[in-house]
Amino acid sequence: MNKTLLILRHEFRHTITRRGFIVMTLIVPLIVLLLIGVFHLVSGIARPTVEAMTIGYVDELGGFQQYTSQGNITLVRFDTQSGATEALVKGDIKEYFVIPPDYISAGGINRYTLEKQLAASPAITAAINNFLLGNLLAGKVPAATIARIEAPLNLVTTRLTETGDVAPEQGGYGNLIIPFVFGVLLALSIIFSSTYLLQGLADEKENRLIEILLSSVSARQLLTGKVLGMGAAGLVQVAVWVISAPLLLNLASSSVGGFVSTIRLPANFVVLAVVYFILGYLLFAVISAAIGAISSNSREGQQLIGVFTLPALIPLWFTSLLMFFPDNPVWVFFTIFPLSSPVEVIMRVGVSAIPAWQVVVSIAVLVLSIIGTLLLTIRIFRTYLLMYGKRPSIGEVIRSLRSG
Amino acid sequence: MPAVEVSRIVKTFADKVVVNDLSFSVAQGEIFGLIGPNGAGKTTTIRMMMDIIKPDSGDVTILGEKLSESTKNKLGYLPEERGLYKKLRVLDSIIYLASLKGMDRHSAEEKANQLLSQTGMLPHKGKKIEELSRGMGQIIQFIVSVIHDPELVVLDEPFAGLDPVNVELLKGMLFDLKNQGKALILSTHQMNEIEELCDRILMINHGRSVLYGNLVEIKSRYRSNSVLLEFEGEMGEVPGVAEKRTHKGYVELVLDGNTTPQQVLERLVSQRAVINRFEVATPPLNEIFLRVVSKAHE
Repeated sequence: MNKTLLILRHEFRHTITRRGFIVMTLIVPLIVLLLIGVFHLVSGIARPTVEAMTIGYVDELGGFQQYTSQGNITLVRFDTQSGATEALVKGDIKEYFVIPPDYISAGGINRYTLEKQLAASPAITAAINNFLLGNLLAGKVPAATIARIEAPLNLVTTRLTETGDVAPEQGGYGNLIIPFVFGVLLALSIIFSSTYLLQGLADEKENRLIEILLSSVSARQLLTGKVLGMGAAGLVQVAVWVISAPLLLNLASSSVGGFVSTIRLPANFVVLAVVYFILGYLLFAVISAAIGAISSNSREGQQLIGVFTLPALIPLWFTSLLMFFPDNPVWVFFTIFPLSSPVEVIMRVGVSAIPAWQVVVSIAVLVLSIIGTLLLTIRIFRTYLLMYGKRPSIGEVIRSLRSG
Repeated sequence: MPAVEVSRIVKTFADKVVVNDLSFSVAQGEIFGLIGPNGAGKTTTIRMMMDIIKPDSGDVTILGEKLSESTKNKLGYLPEERGLYKKLRVLDSIIYLASLKGMDRHSAEEKANQLLSQTGMLPHKGKKIEELSRGMGQIIQFIVSVIHDPELVVLDEPFAGLDPVNVELLKGMLFDLKNQGKALILSTHQMNEIEELCDRILMINHGRSVLYGNLVEIKSRYRSNSVLLEFEGEMGEVPGVAEKRTHKGYVELVLDGNTTPQQVLERLVSQRAVINRFEVATPPLNEIFLRVVSKAHE
């Protein structure tokens, strides 16, 4: 068998049987589940479900008798505040509020509760709001108008293409979820695979196995076999995640409901995801190999690689900014900058349309960076893989690159 | 045809010439000693022979063939500082590294079992490398360096850390390889092992060859003009002896410049002395080593 394939197979097997790898592969679907839940809560699309409860009110102004049933919340009138307090202490009502005589001019409502909380829950606020609104308008406008005043805006957006037809790909949060999850996965997988590569190389360097390997195979075969072997393991990991995604989504939709059904894959997403996954992994793998070659042990290497993995994570930090300001020119920079582009492009696909030229430029820059880094790495590999002890300074590496 | 021919190799690292115009050859069926002080360029020389790094100029040929991808399978190497994949099992480690030397899985496993049983390591073949003692790990690495039937085996300090039983075992296996016509290069600071095992040596210092050739010849070249003598009874004046030094159990006769050991022996025999031992004094390799190195420092 070809020696490159032998190394590939060995590295692949060695990686997928690592405990850390197995744990990571299994734990990520769980994190995704958590993310879906958090996303779903934060995006506010889910309707807050409130258990049936009774709250009291004291009407000192007068005229607030209708609309006492607001969804699951029932409002009970008390004649005096002391009566309401008594009912609250006994647990008959959850809380009560007082409509003061100067309500019309001042607008103040006093709320009384036994619980310590930051603010009234949105459901209770909405119930009190609609109760007051209904009673204030009762008899002055038709009931249907009152219902409309309660919720005047139900925005339904449809994206049209340039020809005026309904676009196949609509926007919205449902579009963002898969690119976001995939962006996180991409970043994780790239970082883990390249860390394994770095660790493996640094270990082999530390225990001098590298000498036996290099007396058996060429540096090029070793580098290729390792990069592809770890990449294959990374792909297996991603495959597990992708295959588990529909199962998780099903699970999620049965437990969190409506929002999950709006999740859909943006057009061309799979193609872009695969291209950027492979290119992103290659770039980081080649950088890791260079760092593995110059560092004297794996711990030192991991500190160094952090400098390079940080930019890959930047798009994840700015997710919310990206969501609200999708057209800011700063994203163009991250789209083209090779260390951040894989994750950035994947995330932007979910938020807005990326102009084709940006994708083309970013892929070109990424490919050129991979080739450039590879050429440098092969030189560094030959020079430093067999040097032990002190890690060379950046100046020394640059000097030896020039002379080598 | 020599097993290995090293011809005028030069290697420079960052303006420092580490190996400078070095040439030597090792014959098939020979154990060759490579010695030199620390930092002399031994490891760099070995790495160039093992095709790990390329010389800036000069050539290394194995059985007349220049080093290339195809000759890598003919090389076996036991590096000085040793390590294997800690988490991998003994048999799997051996088979993987043998497969990188071009062996197929089946024959690698068969040969591995044979070598493990020969070294008494068979009961440990399912253990992880990290569970082995240092000496055991070393035996495994020795197996890795010879399993693929290489033409040239370089062993860097092969006996360090081994118990006397394993040292003898390893020596026996080295002689077996020698008898099979393999070329073995032994690099060590244990001069007594070089004297015991090697036919010829190369000593390098500052990247250059300072001593090269047959060990017996080299030693005779460095002999001091004296003989070692064990005898019974009294010894009178022996003409041609400038000085008589008495050691425990023997005397050393330092000859004057005009007398050969043969003449002294004839004179002793004519004096009817009972001689138990007569030996032309050659200095131990250790002393030659020290003399050559200190001369270089002067």
